[in-house]
Amino acid sequence: MTQQATQPAAQTDHQEHPIKLYLVVWGMLFVLSLFSYMVDYVGLHGYLRWSLILLFMILKAGLIVAIFMHMAWERLALIYAIILPPLLVLVFVAMMVSESHYVLLSRMTFFGTGP
Amino acid sequence: MTDVVETETRISQPRPDGLRGFASDWASDQRTFKNVSWGKAMMWIFLLSDTFVFGCFLLAYMSARMSTTVPWPNPSEVFALNIGGTEVPLILIAIMTFVLISSSGTMAMAVNFGYRRDRRKTALLMLLTAFFGATFVGMQAFEWTKLISEGVRPWGNPWGAPQFGSTFFMITGFHGTHVTIGVIFLLIIARKVWRGDFDTEKRGFFTSRKGHYEIVEITGLYWHFVDLVWVFIFAFFYLW
Repeated sequence: MTQQATQPAAQTDHQEHPIKLYLVVWGMLFVLSLFSYMVDYVGLHGYLRWSLILLFMILKAGLIVAIFMHMAWERLALIYAIILPPLLVLVFVAMMVSESHYVLLSRMTFFGTGP
Repeated sequence: MTDVVETETRISQPRPDGLRGFASDWASDQRTFKNVSWGKAMMWIFLLSDTFVFGCFLLAYMSARMSTTVPWPNPSEVFALNIGGTEVPLILIAIMTFVLISSSGTMAMAVNFGYRRDRRKTALLMLLTAFFGATFVGMQAFEWTKLISEGVRPWGNPWGAPQFGSTFFMITGFHGTHVTIGVIFLLIIARKVWRGDFDTEKRGFFTSRKGHYEIVEITGLYWHFVDLVWVFIFAFFYLW
């Protein structure tokens, strides 16, 4: 914490963590990436494949945001302001899933490409 | 969130944590993000808007893939490389993922050394990050060349649904642009670190504001976000 003395009236406080933390997270991200690649390499299919892909994706994204981007040590005011709005995209996803089903149905009904 | 020590000029009372802190921060005067500088807050808000941009791209891709009556090309085969006579599925994409994750690791350490005012290590780690980023863009250029030579176009491809090409070029192209901008950003800041601008608080050429090592962390936020977006593209476009 030597920089406290030299820091010129900084408006912010920042965190200092041991380098080991970053190396551990780096290693975990490597392993998780390897796992998600193995999902494809092994050739899993169906719901098992999709849920594994999503699981590894969320774990990786969480590690990057929480540790590498230091979100875990921010105040809740910032965490909620940044994390909550993207979750609303899920509503958009639900809308577009319904819309896509409708478009697919229309295509099969009117363009004769259906079974 | 153990210490809430403020170096702010007037306010010095400790702030409540948890939900009470959230409510009082948002209900307070003047500034919501109490211990975050404007530069960091604005980078976060920019990244939030960028999240929506990429979110919309991935949504468009989802809608195209879900509503097409033509089978979607199998990315596992499309992105396979022939190594030593065998087709290895997705191998280039996997290597690109590892390269980008490594760049995130070096960037996180650069931020750490920046706050320790270790000029040399910070600059070198940032240069290493930029090198990994440039490697990633190079491999992406190779991938684009390979696919274009195989006949993938925004309006069609030899394997299936024609939307495959347009979504592929749009999403990876936009991500590659972000990586390229990040590499340029990294090189500019690494040069400033190397020169010692943040030790002497040299004023910026454009903004005339005093430089601080915090800009390394802000650059890092952008860089980690690029990696973060790739996590989602890798999952949804390449693996799904």
